[in-house]
Amino acid sequence: MTVAGDIPGGQAPSRAWLVPLAGRIEGLALPVAALLAGFLAFALFLLLLGKNPLEFYSLVYKAGFGTAFSWSNTLSRAAPLLLAALCVAIPARLGLVVIGGEGAIVLGGVMVGALAVPLAGWPAFIAMPVLALMAALVGGIWIGAVGAMRQWRGVNETIASLLMAYIAIALMNHLVEGPFRDPASLNKPSTAPIAEAFRVGNLPGWNVHWGLAIAVLSCILAWILIERTTIGFAARIAGGNIRAAQVQGLPVGKLVIGFTALGGAFAGLAGYFEVSAVHGSANASLAAGYGYTGILIAFLARHNPLAIIPVALLLAGFEASSGLVQRRMDLPDATMIVLQGFVFVAILASETFTGRLDLVGWLTKGERS
Amino acid sequence: MTNSLTRRHFLSTSAGLAGATALGGLAMPARAAGPLTVGFIYVGPRDDYGYNQAHAEGAAAVKAMEGVTVIEEENVAETQDVQQTMESMINFDGATLLFPTSFGYFDPHILKVAPAYPDVRFEHCGGLWSEGMPENVGSYFGYIGMGQYLNGIAAGHATKTKKIGFVAAKPIPQVLLNINSFLLGARAVDPEITCQAIFTGEWSMAVKEAEATNALADAGADVITCHVDGPKVVMETAASRDCFICGYHANQSELAPEKYLTGAEWNWATVYTDMVTKTLAGEPIDNFVRGGLAEGFIKMSPLGPANSDAARAQFEDTQAKIISGGFAVIEGPLKDNAGNVIAADGVSYEETDVALESMNYLVEGVIGSTS
Amino acid sequence: MNGDIGLWAVPIAMLGGAIRVSTPFLFVSLGEVITERSGRINLGLEGTLVFGAMAGYALAYMTGSAWIGVLAAALAGAVFGLVHGLLCSLPKVNDIAIGIALMLLGTGLAFFFGKPFIQPVAPDLPAINLGWWSDLPQVQAALRVNVLFIFGAVLAVGLAWMLKRTRIGLTLRVVGDSSDAARALGIQPARVRILATAFGGALAGIGGAYLSLFYPGSWNEGISSGQGLIAVALVIFARWSPINCFFAALLFGAAGALGPALQSVGVTTGYYLFYAAPFVLTLAVLILSSSKSGALTGAPRELSITK
Repeated sequence: MTVAGDIPGGQAPSRAWLVPLAGRIEGLALPVAALLAGFLAFALFLLLLGKNPLEFYSLVYKAGFGTAFSWSNTLSRAAPLLLAALCVAIPARLGLVVIGGEGAIVLGGVMVGALAVPLAGWPAFIAMPVLALMAALVGGIWIGAVGAMRQWRGVNETIASLLMAYIAIALMNHLVEGPFRDPASLNKPSTAPIAEAFRVGNLPGWNVHWGLAIAVLSCILAWILIERTTIGFAARIAGGNIRAAQVQGLPVGKLVIGFTALGGAFAGLAGYFEVSAVHGSANASLAAGYGYTGILIAFLARHNPLAIIPVALLLAGFEASSGLVQRRMDLPDATMIVLQGFVFVAILASETFTGRLDLVGWLTKGERS
Repeated sequence: MTNSLTRRHFLSTSAGLAGATALGGLAMPARAAGPLTVGFIYVGPRDDYGYNQAHAEGAAAVKAMEGVTVIEEENVAETQDVQQTMESMINFDGATLLFPTSFGYFDPHILKVAPAYPDVRFEHCGGLWSEGMPENVGSYFGYIGMGQYLNGIAAGHATKTKKIGFVAAKPIPQVLLNINSFLLGARAVDPEITCQAIFTGEWSMAVKEAEATNALADAGADVITCHVDGPKVVMETAASRDCFICGYHANQSELAPEKYLTGAEWNWATVYTDMVTKTLAGEPIDNFVRGGLAEGFIKMSPLGPANSDAARAQFEDTQAKIISGGFAVIEGPLKDNAGNVIAADGVSYEETDVALESMNYLVEGVIGSTS
Repeated sequence: MNGDIGLWAVPIAMLGGAIRVSTPFLFVSLGEVITERSGRINLGLEGTLVFGAMAGYALAYMTGSAWIGVLAAALAGAVFGLVHGLLCSLPKVNDIAIGIALMLLGTGLAFFFGKPFIQPVAPDLPAINLGWWSDLPQVQAALRVNVLFIFGAVLAVGLAWMLKRTRIGLTLRVVGDSSDAARALGIQPARVRILATAFGGALAGIGGAYLSLFYPGSWNEGISSGQGLIAVALVIFARWSPINCFFAALLFGAAGALGPALQSVGVTTGYYLFYAAPFVLTLAVLILSSSKSGALTGAPRELSITK
């Protein structure tokens, strides 16, 4: 991958104004080039197996983005992924790698399933926000606890959040098949169905639930928090160097717990939408792996909440096309995991070129002497 | 090999079903004879020696039919994933008959998608279709509990410790009925026999299934069966512990031929070819379809070499009784394992009784609990 | 003899469970100890484990020899480790993130190529009956020990000795503690780390082969329930000591056997919570053994997770 090519002529007007843009251009060009490299590598993989890569990518396009149905399929899948990715991206601003968002999703969902029963009869405009907030609260406490363990006991947050996810899934199974089980849920043990009035519907004119809009909004808000507020600024300093942040008197402890809790709250919200818009009750299907796909998305988006939106759409589109690829090309369902793996590796490896392409030098060539 | 059974008529279930049956499936619009695309959706891999393989074998029988295109998808989660898969099969492949085969696909996923596609028929395995649900949805299932009862008879003859074991996924009605049937079959041989049940909590989790099997063997069980999605691990582990095994879902005799007594297998080829034949002919399919050994919905694996002559005799005698109809596994007087009466003297539940599909107890003699 | 041994069944089952279930944890964590001692963390061993399970099963099935399967799993694991090591040697590439990516890729490739091997039956690895002295079938079963378990135990001792007493061990520790010091001694840290990661990958591959070729002894897509990830957690738990890894793996295996064992003696409610025992236990020990300063005793100083 090169950005080679000299521009002939030495008398061009000063291009110094381009310098600040160089970082941005690189920030966009590098991942896109890496994405294409990942696609290319996967195309070779398919060729080796005697499959036609062009057919593959055209099917991915068709089933992921090519028709109105494809879009509604992709967008429906994107909603929980956006929120799950925030659970990784927000703590990542502090340099924390939280990989247990799945736990916050399932417990947020259980909270909704359980709490909707006593709230039945409340007016929906009160009950629905209460349910959403409680789901966010549970998720926030769960992942916030990971931050607290990190802050107070120095427990590694990556490992702790992973263990907590396993524990959360066990807890969820216990609750939906034990204390909160609706005896009428026969072959799929679940909590009681939540009242019709509390169900989250589709966006007007779309076949996609409101969770998508809220998730996109959440990404925008998270971006503002990180990029445009003093808290976000403090977090970025702390993420760069904890000790320097402490020297400057920044409240590192509050930041660690607050950011992990906020990330967890978004994951809990994903659980809320899973129950209130998709399943209608809490059950074992809440552990659908969104939390793990969210890790991938956040890393690909370099933990930038705005970049999460296109990346989540891309991955959701891959997943939406998995079925068609399976049926038309007789490829196994794991094909999409392999593709994601190729792309993920390529994009992460491309980070080594960050700042080494010397865009600045290239842009201002001939002006320095 | 099962074609002799495929032309049998389905049990027209209205009689035995306490009003839950639709009075005829009205939903299937008469379609012009032409190419029919049928979609099968599996929750796991289709060669798992178990639940999914049983359905995939049925799909293979449909594939062999004229004028039918079969499309399949594996590892589809019981989330919006399955909703999208159904719609994708309809929108991109023109599927008009779908078999989403996992329990958890039914409510809410099929019930949510079906109203938007009135021209598509959704046939679900295991669900309880009832009046008021979309007319283009149907549910079918088989009386596999009878198969586990017959497993139990073979087990009852084979056990020396008078203790048999059951590796179960989750305490849901279909699993509880299987556990109860397995024990009651064994008790038809010797009323002293007990059955230990261990729940793994997951439909497919190899290490837990192996650990549960070992725990059963450690507890003295010497005949083991299971109800998990893929019985391969349970069968192999039990055989390695020198236990006899009874199969489930599909025929697992190849895994340990000397130890394999018999097995309760699905025979979905019968069901699927019949439903497709009806669809091709433009005939309606009932919304609520059930069948057992007599209807060819389920079958037993051939008896293995370890069965005694007495076991064979009782097995075949009982199988004939079941096929002739009216046989009840749950027959009073019967208590559950907490001492509550579940069937008073003279009360019995035949296989066709829908009350069995909401079973929430383990009978006396089963060690285990439903929660 | 099938004596009813009552509540004794639980500790015996846990002993058996510890021996049966611990081996994959042992191999992955030993491999990860070597990798982390060199200053790298490889979170991708879960993917390596799953791929090793598939590759081992496939090769054992095709060749009829379980040992060729183990060898294939080790080789495949080494390749994954090598890829991780090489990629992370590029400047600015994050080892944790690459690990997550390789976890995905390894799992995906294993599922992709593993489809045709779900159904066939491959030969098992041999086991040694160490319980011949007992009349109780439960004890005999619990002490039916796989060769790989014994190999793993010996390996743990060997690696501990290697780290402490040999030149290789010293090199590894220097690299793990300070790249600059290593360079001053004429050691190339990148090369050492690449080799250490490849070694770790090979061991994780063997751990996977144990799953598919001995216990539970079958290849399917649910073969791993996160053993590779948990094993990475066990390394911190074990304070980067191979001997501690052995005990941590045993403890984890024993805790995992608790759920089924309790059900078999009649404790039948709340089994999901018992199944979560290993995770709760690991977390509790992590909390207790960490300290506020975050300075973990025994941690290699170049390791990104402890910085």
